[in-house]
Amino acid sequence: MAYALQQLINGISLGMIYGLIAVGYTMVYGIIGMINFAHGDVFMIGAFVALIAVLLLQLGGAMDGPAAILLVLLASMAVTALYGWTLERLAYRPLRGSFRLAPLISAIGMSIVLQNYVQISQGARVKPLEPLVRGGVEVMRDGPFVVQFSYVQMLIIGVTLAVLAVFTLLVTRTPLGRAMRACEQDLKMAALLGIDTNRTISLTFVIGASLAAVAGTMYLLRYGVIDFYIGFLAGVKAFTAAVLGGIGSLPGAVLGGLLIGLIETFWSAYFSVQYKDVAAFSILALTLIFLPTGLLGRQEVEKV
Amino acid sequence: MSTSTPLLEVDRVTAGYGAVQALTEVSLHVMPGEIVTLIGANGAGKSTLLMTICGDPRPRSGRIRLAGQDITALPTHAIMRHGLAQAPEGRRIFPRMTVRENLLMGAEALTSGDPTPQLEQVFALFPRLKERLSQRGGTLSGGEQQMLAIGRALMSKPRLLLLDEPSLGLAPLVVKQIFGAIRRLNAETGLTVLLVEQNANLALRLAHRGYVLVTGRIAMEGSGRALLARPEIRDAYLGGGVAA
Repeated sequence: MAYALQQLINGISLGMIYGLIAVGYTMVYGIIGMINFAHGDVFMIGAFVALIAVLLLQLGGAMDGPAAILLVLLASMAVTALYGWTLERLAYRPLRGSFRLAPLISAIGMSIVLQNYVQISQGARVKPLEPLVRGGVEVMRDGPFVVQFSYVQMLIIGVTLAVLAVFTLLVTRTPLGRAMRACEQDLKMAALLGIDTNRTISLTFVIGASLAAVAGTMYLLRYGVIDFYIGFLAGVKAFTAAVLGGIGSLPGAVLGGLLIGLIETFWSAYFSVQYKDVAAFSILALTLIFLPTGLLGRQEVEKV
Repeated sequence: MSTSTPLLEVDRVTAGYGAVQALTEVSLHVMPGEIVTLIGANGAGKSTLLMTICGDPRPRSGRIRLAGQDITALPTHAIMRHGLAQAPEGRRIFPRMTVRENLLMGAEALTSGDPTPQLEQVFALFPRLKERLSQRGGTLSGGEQQMLAIGRALMSKPRLLLLDEPSLGLAPLVVKQIFGAIRRLNAETGLTVLLVEQNANLALRLAHRGYVLVTGRIAMEGSGRALLARPEIRDAYLGGGVAA
C-alpha cells in the first residue's frame, strides 16, 4: 500500500513531464498535420538552457531560492521558444504545400541536427547537477518504508498545473487561441477570415517549445543528469502519450502523459526496470492497433 | 470615390494550381451595388477565380484591384482586410465550433468593436441560425451550413461578398430562401455580390450582369436578361430551355 502510494507520486510527477512535451506534439499535429519529430530534442535544448542558466546564476552567486528557479525556468522558456520558432521557419515553412512526407523527413533531419549541435557545442559527456531542491514531506510510514513526497515533485506538479492552466486560458479565451482553433479546424478558411495563418503556426511552435522547456527544466531539477540524447526517449514517450490521449486533443495529451508516466513507474516498480521502455512502446503499438483515435481523440467524420 | 471606379477589377488574370492552368487571361469587373454572376460548367475555373481574387493561388500574371487599389501581391489574410468576404466552395464551416462561434470567427480578425449589430443582421436574414446558436457547425444540415457560411461572411461587414455555389446540393425551397436573402441584402444594404453558380437559370435571374466562363476563359458577358435569352446559353446551361 505504502509502496504503491510512493509509485503513484513518482508516476504522476513523471507523467506531468511527458504531458508537457506531448502537448507540443499534439498542437503542431492539430494545426499542420505533421509530427514534429524534433520536438523531443527541443525538450533536450530546454534542459540544457536551464542547466546553463543555473550554472551562470551559481557563478554569480545568485542561485538561491524560488526566485532563482523561476528565473531559470523563464530563461529556458524564452531561449527554447526561439529554437522552436527558428525550426518552423527554416525547416518546415518552406516545405508547406509540398508532399506530406517532406516536413516529416525534415523534422527527423532537424532532430539529428539539434542532437549533434549540442553534442559538439556542449560535449557528449553526461552533465550532472547537484540537487537544487532537497528534502520533502513524509506522507506515511509503513514499517521501515517511508512514503516521500519530495519538494521537487511538488514543484513539478505545481509548476505543470500552473503552466497548463495559463495555457488553457490562452487557447480558450484569447484571440490567439481562437485563431489557433480556427487554423486547426480549417487552415484555408481561417485565412479567408483574415487570420494570418503563418503567424499563428509560428506562435504554435513557440508555445509548444516553451512548454517543452518547462518539461526540460523540471527534468533537470528532478533527475540532475542530462546529455544530448535525452530528447530521443522522452520525445518518443511523449509522442506515445499524445497518440494514447488522441493526437490533436490537448486534454488528451496531458491525460496520455499521466498514463504513460504511471504505467512506466508501476511497471518498473512491480515487474522490471530494464523493460520499462518496452512497456511504454507496447502501449503505443496497442493503441495504434486497437484505439487509433486515442482516448479523447475524435473520429474524423465530417459532413460534406 | 467616383462611381465609375469598379469595386472589383480582375485584369487579364492567369492562374492555376501546380501544373494545371485553370484561368487564362480572365478579365471582369464588378461595380459598387451590383450583383454579378459567373456561370459555367463544372471545372470551368469558377471557384479558382474566387480563390485567386483572395490570393490563394496567386495569379501568375495579370492584376486584381479592389476599389482601384492593387491587391495582387498581398497574402490572403491581408486581402481580406480590404472589405472582402467569401462563402467558399464546400462552405468550410468550422465543424467543432458552435454556430455562434463560427459567426464570431467571421468578425474576429477583420473588425474591432462589438459584433452584435452584425449578429442581429444575420439573424434577421436567417432566423434558423438563431435557433441553432449553440449547436456545433458539423451537425447542421446542408442548407443551414450554407446560411451559416453566408452569415459568417457578413460578420466582417464586407463591401464585396463572394459566393461560391450557394445552391449546390440544396433542396429547391432552401435555395429559394438563400437567393431571396441575397436579393434582400443587395436591395436593402447595397451590398455588392459576385456570385459563382452552376444553376445558370437562377443566377442570371438574380444578377444584374453575368459572365460565362468556359475552360478558364470568359466566353460571353452581358446583362442577366440578355444572357438568359441567348440560345447558346439556353442550350449549354439551361437544358435547351426546359426547366431543369
